[in-house]
Amino acid sequence: MKGLRFSRKDLCIPYGVFLVLFVVFPLLLVVYYAFTSKTGQFTLENFIWFFTDGTSLKNLFYSIGIGLITTLFCLLIGYPVAFILSKIKSAKKSILLLLFIMPMWINFVLRAMAMKEILTLVGLFGKYNYLNTIIGMVYDYLPFMILPLYSVLIKIDKSYEEAACDLGANSIKVFLSVTLPLSTSGIISGITMVFLPSMSCYVISDTFSNGKVTIIGKLIETWFGPGDNWNFGSVIALIMLVIMFVTTLITDGLSKRTKTREEEL
Amino acid sequence: MKKVFSGCYLVLALAFIYVPIFVLVLYSFTNSKIIGDWNGFSLKLYEKLFTDEKLTKMILDTLFLAIVAGFISTLLGTLGAIGIFYNKGWFGKSVKNASQINVINAEIVTAISLALTFALIGINRSYASLIIGHVALCTPFVVLSVIPKLKQMDGSLYEAALDLGATPGKALWQVVLPEIMPGVFSGFMLALTLSLDDYMITAYTRPYEFDTISTYVYSAVKNQKNSALPALRALTTIIVIIMIIVVIIMNIQASKKLQNNKK
Repeated sequence: MKGLRFSRKDLCIPYGVFLVLFVVFPLLLVVYYAFTSKTGQFTLENFIWFFTDGTSLKNLFYSIGIGLITTLFCLLIGYPVAFILSKIKSAKKSILLLLFIMPMWINFVLRAMAMKEILTLVGLFGKYNYLNTIIGMVYDYLPFMILPLYSVLIKIDKSYEEAACDLGANSIKVFLSVTLPLSTSGIISGITMVFLPSMSCYVISDTFSNGKVTIIGKLIETWFGPGDNWNFGSVIALIMLVIMFVTTLITDGLSKRTKTREEEL
Repeated sequence: MKKVFSGCYLVLALAFIYVPIFVLVLYSFTNSKIIGDWNGFSLKLYEKLFTDEKLTKMILDTLFLAIVAGFISTLLGTLGAIGIFYNKGWFGKSVKNASQINVINAEIVTAISLALTFALIGINRSYASLIIGHVALCTPFVVLSVIPKLKQMDGSLYEAALDLGATPGKALWQVVLPEIMPGVFSGFMLALTLSLDDYMITAYTRPYEFDTISTYVYSAVKNQKNSALPALRALTTIIVIIMIIVVIIMNIQASKKLQNNKK
């Protein structure tokens, strides 16, 4: 009978099996395709192709650039919003916050369509493809930056800022040496929410540039679709995985450092 | 001075977010091909949205998929979260780490890795592959919203139920589940939102003739000749209205709760 005894520890078995089948195995399959030729032979040709054919590497750098600029603008626009919201004392605060995150519940392709219509209306569409792509990305990802920033800023103990003020720091100094460092974990999670999607979500770049801006996600799509070379597509996907891994390592390292600093405080 | 400046900044940021949406909503009430071209008030676009078979099918398909994927993810994720929480060994830790992969991975990579797998096992481009794809996307977020509730729960409740003679299954169902219910519910809502919003996973796992709002709108925007494009403004308006109603209900409930707590 012992074999039939049920333990709460075993409840993660179904999910564990699911993850092995549909998350871990698929990623291993990507690695397999990246290292094999169309006939299934082991090869490094796909990697050599990626780094030498010129356009792929150029696309990768452009994507990283678009991702960085989008993340930067989301941070520059979103941080003051989150900061001002966290300082509001009245009951209006929760409604205002809701107004800023409500767009997340409208389908993101519909939202992109709305912004594209405006750009068409003012005559920007079709003229400045990179600018439009970045406007579209910032428009779609801004709420994802504001939310984590706000949830960290709201938790900062007001007495730190008051103490700095009492010790003679002006408001800029208080912000730079107290509020900003204490909100690092929010900045980090905001960056992770925005950076990787904005260099891979080709729905937005396609919509806003009329297909003229090719980001790395689009390149993967091309090789799995019309290009019909799963091995090339898998190499690019594997490179995206490496970028994800590096970003995670950096952000994990940063958040560990800020945690120990917060504990020191 | 400072207050005026902050106020202006918030208004500007809100304008950036809402002007495009409101323009779309405004132009849903006129029968014109392009925005900026007002042909007088008309509900023609709404008529088209509700009578065009392809459009109504696409909307219902999107909702049904979200509900099915939401239920499966919630079940799998809740059980998974309980298991992860109590299993401190290597297996629990591995499940927890593997669960994080799809949270941080780029969606396109998740999508093509699934497409490769489904092609290999021969269920590519079927309703089954679509559901599995959505469950793979949503379940990690259910786990993330249930685990904090398990941490908040009084650890001795489960043991107390066992001491009083409940079977482990009964203890979980009648004692643990009610405690973590708010997390389960918000996990379900999160799964719904993610499924409704998804483009990438859907695009690579769906049957070819199947469309969700995301895939439909994307191909309509790409192909400007699509005659259904203006009707999508009416769809946006309806989504905005539903959203506003949900927000108002949430606000009323929150203020009721606040008053009850004060009493």
